[in-house]
Amino acid sequence: MNAFFAVVARDLRLAFRRKAEVLSGLFFFVVVAALFPLAIGPEAVTLRHIGPGVLWVGALLASMLTLPRLFENDWRDGSLEHLVLSPHPLGLLVLGKILAHWLVSGLPLVALAPLLGLQFDLPSDALGMLALSLLLGTPVLSCIGAIGAALTLGVRGGGVLIALLVLPLFVPVLVFGAGAVEALSSGLGAQAHVSILLAMLLPAVFFSPWACSAALRIALE
Amino acid sequence: MTMRWFYYAAPQTFYGLAGRLWPWLAALALALTLAGLWVGFALAPADAQQGEGYRIIFVHVPVSWMSMVIYLAMAFWAVLGLTFNTRLSGMMTRALAPTGAMFAFLSLWTGALWGKPMWGTWWVWDARLTSELILFFLYLGYIALTSAIDDVRRADRAGALIAIVGAINVPIIYFSVKWWNTLHQGASVSLTRSPSMAQLMLWGMLLMALAMWVYTLAIVCYRVRTLIIERERHTDWVQALPEVAGAKA
Amino acid sequence: MSQLQAIALSCERGGRPLFAPQSFTLSAGQAMQIEGDNGSGKTSLLRMVCGLAPTASGEVRWGGQAIAEVRHAFSRDLLYLGHNLGLKDELSALENLQTASVLAGHVVSHPQALQALQSQGLEARAHLPLRVLSQGQKRRVALARLQLSKARLWVLDEPFVALDTLAVHALQQVLRNHLQQDGLLLFTSHQAVDLGSAVLPWRLGR
Repeated sequence: MNAFFAVVARDLRLAFRRKAEVLSGLFFFVVVAALFPLAIGPEAVTLRHIGPGVLWVGALLASMLTLPRLFENDWRDGSLEHLVLSPHPLGLLVLGKILAHWLVSGLPLVALAPLLGLQFDLPSDALGMLALSLLLGTPVLSCIGAIGAALTLGVRGGGVLIALLVLPLFVPVLVFGAGAVEALSSGLGAQAHVSILLAMLLPAVFFSPWACSAALRIALE
Repeated sequence: MTMRWFYYAAPQTFYGLAGRLWPWLAALALALTLAGLWVGFALAPADAQQGEGYRIIFVHVPVSWMSMVIYLAMAFWAVLGLTFNTRLSGMMTRALAPTGAMFAFLSLWTGALWGKPMWGTWWVWDARLTSELILFFLYLGYIALTSAIDDVRRADRAGALIAIVGAINVPIIYFSVKWWNTLHQGASVSLTRSPSMAQLMLWGMLLMALAMWVYTLAIVCYRVRTLIIERERHTDWVQALPEVAGAKA
Repeated sequence: MSQLQAIALSCERGGRPLFAPQSFTLSAGQAMQIEGDNGSGKTSLLRMVCGLAPTASGEVRWGGQAIAEVRHAFSRDLLYLGHNLGLKDELSALENLQTASVLAGHVVSHPQALQALQSQGLEARAHLPLRVLSQGQKRRVALARLQLSKARLWVLDEPFVALDTLAVHALQQVLRNHLQQDGLLLFTSHQAVDLGSAVLPWRLGR
């Protein structure tokens, strides 16, 4: 367990000392959210309708932008091999890295989304559900995205390749995440969505470190 | 029994076996296709509601089914490859992918061709079509990943992993898309609501499905042979093959 | 007694075997220096011994058992340093050492890490990010890491490269201490090294 926290602490420290990388993902989210009203038109009715979807897609893309970073630096400076050769279970260490990644790249999106939601004239209960759905959904994105990042270590066209691999797998999270907000707005209630998001979160957290470990060992061969 | 399988798993043995098989499989596929098309286009009666246009179902349904089956086959070989580390498993998965992608694309295309005369739109966000689209993306992802990695062994193993992860996700994706579709659209437009199946129509579709299955076997045999030559080109037995020795002469 | 055995190890690159099957045994207190031309597969051999790279044939045994079976024990006893030092530029020398030790399976306290850096003459720079240290100083941080390691088997890839005379002496001293404490050492180097006891040479080549 010590090693798990050591990895989380180390990655968090590294992220704070490389702020530019972290902040660029957040700025991307803000910019993308602003692009849609510009493209579609400023009518409040339309914006309220597309708001949850746009913000969810924006969060998804912003999460994905930061994925290549997850293992790349460790791979370049040789510390990835130390993780793999560590007596501690690699899955545990990878989970630590994923957690650190989410804390730095996912959680800020959860905080930022309601603010951007104001730009789409979303009511406060929708904003709350948006934050909740992202809170449950962004960890799943980090978990699934990590598998893509591990598979494409050092491969040409890495960032776009990760997108191609991982976006189809994100579809369920997107459907239920954005759907939760819309269900709430239309009065149907979002309990089912939230339960399903939780039901996706738990297997993702358990399955992803194991798949990532396999992918990392393959990449290091 | 296991010994027999591992014997055929050796590239050299499989090369010979596949070489003998594929011409017969190709001929059989052709025969079945002609039979299926004849049943579908000549024998089966026109549908009461949809007229002649429904006949595209004889291509659409089998290709959709095949695109799913091939993905499962890829996942099967992927699991085998990661567990037993045989070279052939990686080649089988790679050989299946382009055909699977082709079937997925055909499914989307025939779906559009069906949709236009029936419901006036080229594309409809029906649950099955949307899932098919995502399946197509999964195929593209696999092909892109294996093409991008230079080292053959790493590419095979990475591809196997993504194929397995994709296969596990396919039911989840299908469920979520189906749910999404019923909520947003209502069931008014659906390609799954096919006309009531006359016995003959079922036969036609089965024949076409079988034809495509045999075609897949044939083309995979052929493709794997090419992969074998490419990957094992430094071995003596490949150098001694008439097709290779002849090309160098 | 710890013992490393390589039995008919071979690996492939581009479909061709890199070298003929290699078999050797390394016992406690012994050092083996792998020599060979560039591209002869020295790094691949080391990585196979560590279990990072797959073997085309043969196996590696630690304490008589295949490393695949004793993965946990083997990883506790192994320290591998490749061409890249595994150090993070944004972290300080102290933070690097402490994290590395936790990951390696034994925790090193703050004073212990500081002392190791002291012995390398880096105590004034212990809290600075590695980014501001010179290449030579970074290598001395890696040396401090070796000093703190409790691993029995050290596998070092080109540890002497780009070191000045002083640093070479310092590294040789650290390696000598390790061997005296019944450690095992497997390393590659182009140059001759003086480690006190006899170093088994091993030539890789066709």
